[in-house]
Amino acid sequence: MAVRLLVGTKKGLFIFRSDDGRDDWSLEAPHFGGWEVMHAKGSPVDPRRVWVSQWTDWHGQVVQRSTDGGRSFEAVGNEFGYRGETGTHQWYDGTPHPWEFKRVWHLEPSRHDAEVVFAGVEDAALFRSDDGGATWGELDGLRTHATGESWAPGAGGLCLHTILLDPADPDLVYVAISAAGAFRSVDGGASWTVATGGLHSEYLPDPEATVGHCVHNLAMHPSRPRTLFMQKHWDVCRSDDGGDHWTEVSGDLPSDFGFPVGVHPHEPETIYVIPIKSDLEHYPPEGKLRVYRSRTGGGDWEALTRGLPQSGCYQNVLRDALSLDTLDPCGVYFGTTGGHVYASVDDGDSWRALATHLPRIQSIEVQVVP
Amino acid sequence: MSRSVRVHLPGHLRELARTGAGEVEIQVEEPATVARVLDEVEARWPVLRGTVRDPFTGERRAYIRYFACGEDISHESPEDALPQEVVEGREPLRVVGAISGG
Repeated sequence: MAVRLLVGTKKGLFIFRSDDGRDDWSLEAPHFGGWEVMHAKGSPVDPRRVWVSQWTDWHGQVVQRSTDGGRSFEAVGNEFGYRGETGTHQWYDGTPHPWEFKRVWHLEPSRHDAEVVFAGVEDAALFRSDDGGATWGELDGLRTHATGESWAPGAGGLCLHTILLDPADPDLVYVAISAAGAFRSVDGGASWTVATGGLHSEYLPDPEATVGHCVHNLAMHPSRPRTLFMQKHWDVCRSDDGGDHWTEVSGDLPSDFGFPVGVHPHEPETIYVIPIKSDLEHYPPEGKLRVYRSRTGGGDWEALTRGLPQSGCYQNVLRDALSLDTLDPCGVYFGTTGGHVYASVDDGDSWRALATHLPRIQSIEVQVVP
Repeated sequence: MSRSVRVHLPGHLRELARTGAGEVEIQVEEPATVARVLDEVEARWPVLRGTVRDPFTGERRAYIRYFACGEDISHESPEDALPQEVVEGREPLRVVGAISGG
């Protein structure tokens, strides 16, 4: 077996490879140099298939696909047309703003069919391809949800950035949108329910509003599809009923602001976050880069610091830049806005830098491949 | 009658379409216009569809400009005839990315 790490950066895709010992990593020359790689992910059904979201302001969206594990790529479909009348969402100042496609934030390959892949886009919508990325169709039940007109962008835009698929039930899908909230579908994405019950966001006029919560990331253990973990724009939360009711589990974290959240592959109650000082100061508290692990599903947290800089670190870790492999003990990987890739091969107990001079890291996905 | 028009594409697009270095040459029916030239470019390299013009509206992307004979023709109608120097292949149509690096 081998381990493949796909690192999407501001200036290209970098691929690291290792055997399953995870000691000796090779780094390939970048793919798509000069383009922003928002996200890249391999198919769980056929790991030779990798999809990449490639984008620039100049030339817009390109989607690349590999059928040889990332050795070579070909461009596939890049037409993301909203279905029907697009209407408006809210702009930052509360005025109506027309829905406009900008880019793909996240690509989520199906867990059941190697031809199927989902795309979460800005302005927020969910697309699905049934032909390996050649063509894309909008699942417009989400964008046309009754609350859609009131969705407003976060600092990164009105982006659909998180897609969770249940390995047992292809009809169960969760998505998260900044700054609209979390949504659940039980019919494969045709219709949607707001999944924000119990969330509290002080920055909203109504802190308990149904929509408007700036959900930064969601995570789910594949064996427990009704249990979700959330890193919100302040607050780490969990739900055990698919998002109908959330409770805060920030506990003793030094800050409950952050972007990514991850779940251990073999311990459904072991979760990871990387606290950031505040909504304005997007760097670790006290300049100490610390991953926090809870073995109790939140509430009680331990700092993981061995091998990470414990002074002078003022970088951020973005929402898609944390990933865990499925080996035992599991590997934990994250990338910073300063171009560092850190890896742990002992559940997070200790860390080493795999790279220290990459461009700003947007996303990381690890996969154990044959 | 068709004309051979030279087109200078940005480096990102030459790499994406694997056109090789330098300009590309496109056969265009007269009257040669920006729209016809780009239609032919996209027909020859379908991967470029959407990277210069919006794939649905056909409008120039916001960070793209067109130059011919040293003049910015971005804001002229894409249906206007190109300058004779471009039509006769003495000057290229330049597709340029705006100065917005980072």
